[in-house]
Amino acid sequence: MKYFARKFAMLLFTLLVSMTINFFLPRLIPGDPAQALIGRMEGVEPEKLESIRAAFGLDTQDPLIVQYGKYLVNTVRGDFGISLSRFPMPVSSVIAIALPWTIGLMGLCTIFGFVIGSTLGIWAAWRRQHKLASFTVGFFTFIRSFPYFWLGLCLIYVFAFKLRIFPLGGAYSIDEVRGSSNWWLSVLKYGALPAFTITLSSVGEWMLMMRNNMINVLAEDYITLAMAKGLPMRRIKYMYAARNAVLPSVTGFAMQFGFIVGGGLITEMVFAYPGMGYMLYQAVNAKDYPLMQAIFLIIAASVLVANFIADIVIMFLDPRVRDGSK
Amino acid sequence: MIKDFFKTLVANRKSLAGLIILAVLVLMAVFAPLIVPYPPKSDRSEKSVLIEENRGDPETLSVDTPSEDIEKSIYTITTTQKWEKTIEYFPLRAKPSREHPLGTNHAGNDLLSQLIMGSRISIFVGLATGLFVIVVSLTLALLAGYLGGVVDDVINFFTNVFLVIPGLPLMIVIGTYIPMRGILPIIVILALTSWPYPTRLLRSQVLTLKNRDFVVASRVMGERTSFIIFREILPNMISIVMSQFFFVSLSAILSEATLEFIGVGNITVVSWGTILYWAQANGAILRGAWWWFLPPGLLIALTGTAFVLINFGIDEISNPRLRKR
Repeated sequence: MKYFARKFAMLLFTLLVSMTINFFLPRLIPGDPAQALIGRMEGVEPEKLESIRAAFGLDTQDPLIVQYGKYLVNTVRGDFGISLSRFPMPVSSVIAIALPWTIGLMGLCTIFGFVIGSTLGIWAAWRRQHKLASFTVGFFTFIRSFPYFWLGLCLIYVFAFKLRIFPLGGAYSIDEVRGSSNWWLSVLKYGALPAFTITLSSVGEWMLMMRNNMINVLAEDYITLAMAKGLPMRRIKYMYAARNAVLPSVTGFAMQFGFIVGGGLITEMVFAYPGMGYMLYQAVNAKDYPLMQAIFLIIAASVLVANFIADIVIMFLDPRVRDGSK
Repeated sequence: MIKDFFKTLVANRKSLAGLIILAVLVLMAVFAPLIVPYPPKSDRSEKSVLIEENRGDPETLSVDTPSEDIEKSIYTITTTQKWEKTIEYFPLRAKPSREHPLGTNHAGNDLLSQLIMGSRISIFVGLATGLFVIVVSLTLALLAGYLGGVVDDVINFFTNVFLVIPGLPLMIVIGTYIPMRGILPIIVILALTSWPYPTRLLRSQVLTLKNRDFVVASRVMGERTSFIIFREILPNMISIVMSQFFFVSLSAILSEATLEFIGVGNITVVSWGTILYWAQANGAILRGAWWWFLPPGLLIALTGTAFVLINFGIDEISNPRLRKR
């Protein structure tokens, strides 16, 4: 219980730190931040100026600490102010449109990446001397050092521009009636390429993790014993080795869920996929500060909550943690 | 001690390959101004040719003799040179050709020159961030691990807090607020988000080493703290420090390219990331201009691969189980 309380306190504190960063960033700009921001934008109507001031809590003469308090209360209530690029839409409504796309795309990709990567990792560790195994490891290591967005650009060039198999960007066909079966098919078609990019870039991570764990487990005495006993290799591979080697990956998987909101940012930007990443891209380019900050906060919050959940999962899985020794 | 470490590194095939690739790239960056065909931001080539040289004979205009000993003469020497200056503007968004092996961009700049010059910023930012972060992390780790108590608690607490706050969105948000002049801001932003992980790793390594028998023995013998830290703890941390250095440098190069690609960052400098930014902004894909967006990414990937290979070698050196049986 002490463990739980400590982790929960940590969750609250890290959330507070994220919100505090968010609060102080605009105030670090010398002078009136709203005015400074306006200077960078051209032809801004007065009501927008007011909404920027309101968004940053600058429309009052309150002392900083009161502004901070108001900001915290508003944020916790989900009130992120008004979007500048989609004036006068509230930021929360803009995010409500983007979030489902991201969660759908990234949720599936996270699962694909984990399953494919871990399976490959088991195989690569088991057949370590095999040429193909070391080639696969090398290939994914190479892929991992690619900039993700560039991988996306190359895939768009080959599959969308040259071969014209997939669309260049977006998330659904605008010609179909929203919700019809054809529309859902178009969602699959539009999502395929971004999904492939994200999965491809995450498979390597899981594979290397699983492979290293598996190699360490395979060196254990009980594996040698199992082999000496003459147990079927399949059984040793999956029930003895992989089962134990997958444990660290499982906690990693739980944490990875936190990156569902923020993990595909750049891929979404490249594919103009209307999720959180593309929204952030548009916010950055339009200098839509309230939207940008809200997106940061939501990404941070989801990562922090997922970490907390992973900690709790460990508490149930690992008796040492559960019994409170550490 | 560092010498020994590099000897082992060179002996390992993977890390040797990585070191060679990195060396080639660094050489390219260092000598970039000498090997570029054109200045990277130039959109023209200028040539001046002397087409006629017409040195006229000296002509005496007037001779004056005011007294017997003095002669004053006024001469003119006419030197007429006829020069022809040819300014050839580079074509915009040109395909690869003999003059421009990788074509030109929207402003008519030679892309090969940009690519070579761009390596300077990209590699420098990566290595500088790596060095900066490692120095900070190592200092924090030694302080935390060695002083212990409240100092350790505070450092550890803040490390854990900043470890979980997602880096990329934070970088984007900070980068959008602060003005990007030069390359210092981007190094600061990258460092700001990448110190927690190495700090945590190095701290736990310091804690482990601190309680090893040989360190405890030195302490009992009354050795000075500086001796223990610099002679006993640090030498045993070289491989982890180096692997963290390469890891941070790799992610710095990738993050820098990412930030520049989406337009956060100084888009006026020439780097691999900004070439990609301009390629995307000008629809290089829709023009089928693979020579524009492919090479910078490949070079980033090559640099990244060098770092990964070196780290593979370090891993195999410090974890014998990963070596081939």
